[in-house]
Amino acid sequence: MEYQVQENCLTIFLPREVDHHSAEELRKNADALIERNHVKYVIFDFEGTEFMDSSGIGAIMGRYRLVRLIGGEVWAVHTNERIQKILTMSGVTKIMQIYEEEKS
Amino acid sequence: MRDTNEMELIFDSCSANERFARVAVAAFMTQLNPTVEEVSDVKTAVSEAVTNAIIHGYEQEIHKVSMRCRIEGNLLSVTVKDTGKGIADVKQAMMPMYTSKPEADRSGMGFSFMEAFMDKVEVESAPGHGTSVFMEKRIGKGRSLWTTQSL
Repeated sequence: MEYQVQENCLTIFLPREVDHHSAEELRKNADALIERNHVKYVIFDFEGTEFMDSSGIGAIMGRYRLVRLIGGEVWAVHTNERIQKILTMSGVTKIMQIYEEEKS
Repeated sequence: MRDTNEMELIFDSCSANERFARVAVAAFMTQLNPTVEEVSDVKTAVSEAVTNAIIHGYEQEIHKVSMRCRIEGNLLSVTVKDTGKGIADVKQAMMPMYTSKPEADRSGMGFSFMEAFMDKVEVESAPGHGTSVFMEKRIGKGRSLWTTQSL
């Protein structure tokens, strides 16, 4: 999993499969980066992700709870159809924006 | 051709086996000629059940989880079983957004996902004796024609 911090914005490049196993690592690393860099915006990049279950939803909600305190936001980018379905079904789209790119 | 088939796996309750269980059930169900979406649905449901056994059943201690899969015609059933701490109130546990571990980043959506992606979900549990989750899904629903790819 890779992370990129630009000013107060953290991008998390999610692994191929986001489950309880990978979400644990994500939580530890992301929270350290958020605290150290005063991150306000967290972007979840699903470019390389094919699978996610409710543990991924928990990871998104947890990071949202953290940045919400300082008025931050969480975003999802590069979501495929399956990921969008999981996000929508869970209701997490109420707190997270899905960034849709224009189809070229 | 036989139209029933069964398999059973017993594995350690470590988080790396969540993926193993998903992949195993996906491989087992290929004989039903499922769509990509059907495979994803079953993988998600199995992942939820196995994760529950690991996190809630055994509370991250290493014991055994069993997964039994059965095919009967076009009906796939999966039973995920642990002998962990069990659930006192199954009805409450199955409510959307309910979690006994909010501090651990759990979304409380596990059972909701299982119910959304499978046709039937039944939970049997007794405190101190473990939990068994039985799930069923008919594969190839609404498909009138079965096409088989020649190799």
